[in-house]
Amino acid sequence: MDVRAQVSMVFHLDKCIGCHTCSVSCKNVWTDRRGAEYMWWNNVESRPGTGYPTLWEDQEKYRGGWEKRGRGLELRLQGRAGSFANLFFNPYLPTLDDYYEPWTYRYADLFAAPPGDDQPTARPISQITGKPIDIEAGPNWDDDLGGSAIYAAGDPSLGKLSEEERSQIFALERIFCFYLPRICNHCLNPSCIASCPAGAIYKRGEDGIVLVSQEKCRAWRMCISGCPYKKVYYNWESGKSEKCILCYPRVETGQAPACFHSCVGRIRYQGVLLYDAGRIEEAANAPAERLVAAQREVILDPSEATVVAAARRSGVPDAMIDAARKSPVYRFVKEFRIALPLHPEFRTVPMLFYVPPLLPVVAFAENGRKRLAGDFFSSLESARVPVRYLASLLSAGNETVVTEVLTRIMAVRIHRKAKTVGEEVPGEAERALSRAGISSREAEEIYRLTSLPAYEDRFVIPPAARESAIESFEDPFAAKGETGIGFLRRRKGGKGR
Amino acid sequence: MTEFLFGSFPYAAVLLAVGAGVYRYFSDRFSYTSHSTQFLENRWLFWGSVPWHYGILIVLLAHILAALFPGAWGLLIGTPARLFIIEATGLALGLLALFGCALLLARRLLRPRLLAVTTAMDWIILLVLLLQVASGVTIAWKYRWGSAWYLHTAVPWLGSLVRLRPETAYVAALPAVVKFHLVNAFVLVALLPFTRLVHLFTIPVSYAWRPYLLFFWNRRGPHPAGDGK
Repeated sequence: MDVRAQVSMVFHLDKCIGCHTCSVSCKNVWTDRRGAEYMWWNNVESRPGTGYPTLWEDQEKYRGGWEKRGRGLELRLQGRAGSFANLFFNPYLPTLDDYYEPWTYRYADLFAAPPGDDQPTARPISQITGKPIDIEAGPNWDDDLGGSAIYAAGDPSLGKLSEEERSQIFALERIFCFYLPRICNHCLNPSCIASCPAGAIYKRGEDGIVLVSQEKCRAWRMCISGCPYKKVYYNWESGKSEKCILCYPRVETGQAPACFHSCVGRIRYQGVLLYDAGRIEEAANAPAERLVAAQREVILDPSEATVVAAARRSGVPDAMIDAARKSPVYRFVKEFRIALPLHPEFRTVPMLFYVPPLLPVVAFAENGRKRLAGDFFSSLESARVPVRYLASLLSAGNETVVTEVLTRIMAVRIHRKAKTVGEEVPGEAERALSRAGISSREAEEIYRLTSLPAYEDRFVIPPAARESAIESFEDPFAAKGETGIGFLRRRKGGKGR
Repeated sequence: MTEFLFGSFPYAAVLLAVGAGVYRYFSDRFSYTSHSTQFLENRWLFWGSVPWHYGILIVLLAHILAALFPGAWGLLIGTPARLFIIEATGLALGLLALFGCALLLARRLLRPRLLAVTTAMDWIILLVLLLQVASGVTIAWKYRWGSAWYLHTAVPWLGSLVRLRPETAYVAALPAVVKFHLVNAFVLVALLPFTRLVHLFTIPVSYAWRPYLLFFWNRRGPHPAGDGK
């Protein structure tokens, strides 16, 4: 058992209010510079929708992720030989127009315009050419289903629905909308790393954060197509790829990343998961309907003695193991079993999990009159978001997995309703809990971690303890004065160099 | 003048290329990139970059192989039919490269987004490359059977340069356009480290055998990609 630690995430979609505070804080910290204006390492999409960049989920178009070939897995993008042949031109690269052309306004015109009868205006100018442009798209152009007849209708996940279901969602009484905040998934089987010819992208062994070495990147741009989530971006100014770094300078010092920290709805959780690195391929290669289950199996129980012993043997520090025991992510994914990976069928084993939204039908129209729904929280069939839609988003089409999760979340609600305002039908809460297979104590824990978590419940991140990382491998006095200075070349001699 | 152009300038060019290239690699590795513009402009690039790279790479490889193994090359072009096929293929590839190069230049001139990322050195190198390919195609057309006389003129001259005893007599009597092609080649060599052409030396060969996934430990020894950084 090759046990490693992964700093992982849970986003609770029921709590997301779509305010984009996460995106803005990320932009202000990391991508507010030339060449990166169009990048949103963190973005929030309205669902149904085509997302950012447009139609990123359409792997016929961009060829991201892995696919089963024979017994093994191969990059959907191309084989190794293909990547040399396509070095000069990548046929599946999204271009700037698939995102949007970044712009600003010529504000000086407001002051410099000569006196006249018309109000002066600030014209939009491209941040690339500096020339006036007509704005045709922007970040979140289809926010809150704006223009959904054009944008949302193209959502690839809607393809799984029948014609009737599809037309129903766009009827006013049935329409649904939820938000999908996205950052890099820091996958266990990252196809961006696999597709980089230069070997510039790597996963950190200590915490699983995936990074692009800016010194090694040669702009072969295969990672941009290779990542099925389109979370590697090309900086057109520097000629280098960039991506979400999970704010590692913050994580290393035990702080939550900027987007997590600033989240207004407090939907974000971060914690350590222990996983078996020897079984990554097995999890990525599972049959589609078993993908979620296989990923859950790779994640190990940090309270098991054998796991802890194996983790110690693999050099996982005690602080990491302790954090794994308190991990809110472990609770959501493994104990409560209500958090699912996004598009597991891309087979990258993403380590960001989503608690699906529960949008019950509260009222419906009957004979022209609105009526409260009788089966308020209990009927999945009348839920606004079709289970099939969620399944194509979060479980590779396996509806049983999603139904299971939604049943649990509903049971928690019914349980809480019984506790606070009493039961409409006697025994309602008990029946719901037993159907969901959870005890009332578990329901209470889910409720507490969902609704009342304090900062330190949501973010359990051990500091990286670089000093001890040095100690275990070499003489700390030899490394004194070196760590953090960022010497490019290593000194000669010494152990472990 | 002949002595300078064919006797001293090649050495200066190579020294400059090696010196500046090594210095740039160790002092500013960040700048080693192909600096692709495909992200900003896709359609023209396909018709420019693909013919350009496939054309020039094969032609350049033929130049290098013929210079390294003149005997084998002589055997290869030994019959008129084979000579004709090689000449025709070379000319076709040269035209392909010329078309691609011209398009790459035109594309930078005509697409406003590209002007924003084009530096002075980009213009210079594209122009020098265009001149080099244009003169090469002219030679292939006007002075037929270059794949044969190359072995008796430029190859021994290059050999004399390597032996550090430049014998300019081999090339002194060649037509002006051929002389230009030779000198311009060393201009290209000299310009190499100052342009994005450095990506020539970063062809990711190790991708052919390295493992797909790369883990990197902070001080646990080298990671599989190689240099342990």
